[in-house]
Amino acid sequence: MSSTKTKTLSQAEARIRRRRITQLVVRYAVLIIVGFFMLYPLVWMVGATFKTNSEIFTTMNPIPTKPTTQGYIDAMNNYGGQINIFRALLNTYSYVIPEVILTVISSVLTAYGFARFKFKGHNIFFALMMAMLFLPQVVLNVPQFLLYNKFGWVGSPLYLALIVPTAFATETYFIFMLVQFLRNIPKDLEEAAEIDGCNVVQTLVKIIVPMLMPAIVSCALFKFMWSSNDFLGPLLYVKTPAKYPATIFVKLSMDSDAGFNWNRVLATSLISIAPNIVVFFLAQNQFVEGISAGGVKG
Amino acid sequence: MRNTMNVGTNPNGSGVYVPKKTFKKALRNNIGFFFIIPWLIGFCVFKAYPFISSFIYSFTDYNLFKGTAAMHFTVQNYIDVFTNATERNSLITTFKYAFMTVPLKLVAALFIAYILNFKIKGVNFFRTAYYIPSILGGSVAIAVLWKALFQDEGLIRTAFAAIGLEAPHFLSNPGWALFMICLLRVWQFGSAMVIFLAALKGVSVDLYEAASLDGAGKWTQFFHITVPIITPVIFYNLVTQLVQAFQEFNGPYIITQGGPLGSTTLMSLLVYNNAFTSYNMGKACAEAWVLFVILMVFTAIAFWSQNHWVYYADDEGK
Repeated sequence: MSSTKTKTLSQAEARIRRRRITQLVVRYAVLIIVGFFMLYPLVWMVGATFKTNSEIFTTMNPIPTKPTTQGYIDAMNNYGGQINIFRALLNTYSYVIPEVILTVISSVLTAYGFARFKFKGHNIFFALMMAMLFLPQVVLNVPQFLLYNKFGWVGSPLYLALIVPTAFATETYFIFMLVQFLRNIPKDLEEAAEIDGCNVVQTLVKIIVPMLMPAIVSCALFKFMWSSNDFLGPLLYVKTPAKYPATIFVKLSMDSDAGFNWNRVLATSLISIAPNIVVFFLAQNQFVEGISAGGVKG
Repeated sequence: MRNTMNVGTNPNGSGVYVPKKTFKKALRNNIGFFFIIPWLIGFCVFKAYPFISSFIYSFTDYNLFKGTAAMHFTVQNYIDVFTNATERNSLITTFKYAFMTVPLKLVAALFIAYILNFKIKGVNFFRTAYYIPSILGGSVAIAVLWKALFQDEGLIRTAFAAIGLEAPHFLSNPGWALFMICLLRVWQFGSAMVIFLAALKGVSVDLYEAASLDGAGKWTQFFHITVPIITPVIFYNLVTQLVQAFQEFNGPYIITQGGPLGSTTLMSLLVYNNAFTSYNMGKACAEAWVLFVILMVFTAIAFWSQNHWVYYADDEGK
C-alpha cells in the first residue's frame, strides 16, 4: 500500500522534473536561436573582412577559406590623398572628446543647481528643462543649421557647430538622469561640509562629484557612443574632406567601392567601430546600469 | 560683475554695509541660479530660438539662396504636406514604419527579458550578446553591414540562391525595403530589453510563488502578474521608442536613399532633402512641424491613457 503511494509520488516528481527539463531546454533553445540572429551578422562581418572579394557573398560560412588581409591593406589607402580611415577616426575623436567633457561639466552644474537649490523661477525653469526631454531633434535641425550658418560655424575646421552647444547642457536626458541620481543621495554630507566652511562650489567639487561618479561615468559613456556614431551632425556641419569624421568616411567609401570591393568597405567599417567595441567591453556594466537607472525612473 | 561673483562664491562672508546685506541675502537665496546659467543660455540660444524661428519659417517660402529678403508669408507648405503626393506618401510611410518597428521591438525586448529573468546560467553572456547590436547599431558601419547582407547581390539572397530558392529583392522591391529598414531597428531591441530586465528583477518572487500555488501557469503569471506590474516601464519604453521611430534618418539615408520609388522616404529624410538638397527651408520647417505635432499627439495620448493601464505601486498605497 505504502509502496504504491511512494511510487505514484515519485512518478509525479519525475513528471515535474521532466517538465522542468523541457522548460529549460525550450528557454535555452530560444535564447540560442535569437542570439544567433543577433550575433551572426557581426561575426560574418568580421570574417568577411578577411575574405577575398570573389568569396565574400558566396557562402554563409563566416570563416574565410583563403584568408587575406587585402581588405585591410586597401582600407589603409588614402582617398584622393586627403584622408584615410585613421585620419578620419582622429577627426572623430577630436570633437567627440571635447563634446563628452563639456556635456558632463555643463550637465553636472545644471543638475546640481536644480536638485540642491531653490531660487526664483526654479519651478518654471525645471518644467522647461523637462519639456526639452520631449522636444524632438527633427524640428530643430533646420533652424539650428540656419543659426550656425549665421554664426559662421558651418564647415568650421574646429567643429564649432558640434562642440559649442554641448557646453550649454543641451543633452537634457543627462540632466534628468543626474537630477534623479542626486535626489537619492542624502544631504547630510553637504550640510556637514557647509558647517566646516565649504562654499557651494567646494561642496560641488569635493562632495557631490565623487558621489555622482557612477552616474557621471554613465553619461560620459553614452555621450561617447552617441557622438561617435552621430552621422547627421557631421553631414550638415563638416564640409572639407580633410576634416571628415569616420562616419562620413565610411559612407563615402561605401558609395565609391560597394560595387566591387566589399572587403575593403567592410574592413573600413569595422575599423571605424573598433574603438566603440573596445569601450563597450571595458565598461559593459556601466552601460547596463546607466540605462537601467534612467529607464526605471522614467 | 566681479563683485557679484565674489559675493556669490562667499555666502558666509559677513556684510558690513546694511543696504548690501539685503542684496547679499537675495543673492545667497538664489545662488543655485548661477549653476543653471549655462543651461539657460543653451535653452534660449540652441532650443527656444530655433524652435520659434522654425515655426515662423514654416509659414514662409524661405529659400536659403534667395535669402530672407525675398521671403513671403504662405500657408502652402502646410497644405502641401497633406495634398502633395510625395509628402503624403512620406507621412504614411513614417506611420507604417513606426507602427511596425515599435511593437515588434517592444515585444522582442520584453519576451527575451522575461526568459533571461529566470535563473538561467550564462545570463550575462546572453545579455551582452543581445545588447551589442543596440550599442553599435546606430553607427554607419552597421548600416553598411545591413546593405551587404540584404542588397540584391548580397549575402542572404546568394545564400537562398545556393539552395535553389529565389529570395525577394529585399532592398530594391518597394514592398520589402521599408520592412528591412524596420528590421535593422528591431534587431537593436537590446537597450529596451535591458530596461525591461531591470524592471523584472524588481517584481517580488512571492507573487509568482503565490500564483503558482494557486495553479497559475507561466503564461498566466506573465500576463496577470508580470505585465501589470511593469506597466510604468512598458510605458517609458513605448514613448521613447515612438519618439525615436518617428525621427529615423540614418537607415533610409544610408541603405536605400529613400528608395526604391520613395518607399523608404521617411519624414525626417524628406525634411533633410528639402532643406539641404533643394534649400527650401520653409517647406522643410513645415514638414518638421507636422512631424513634431504628430509626435506630441502620440506622447499626449500615451500620457493621457496611462491612467487607464499603467500601474504605479506608490499611488495604490495612498
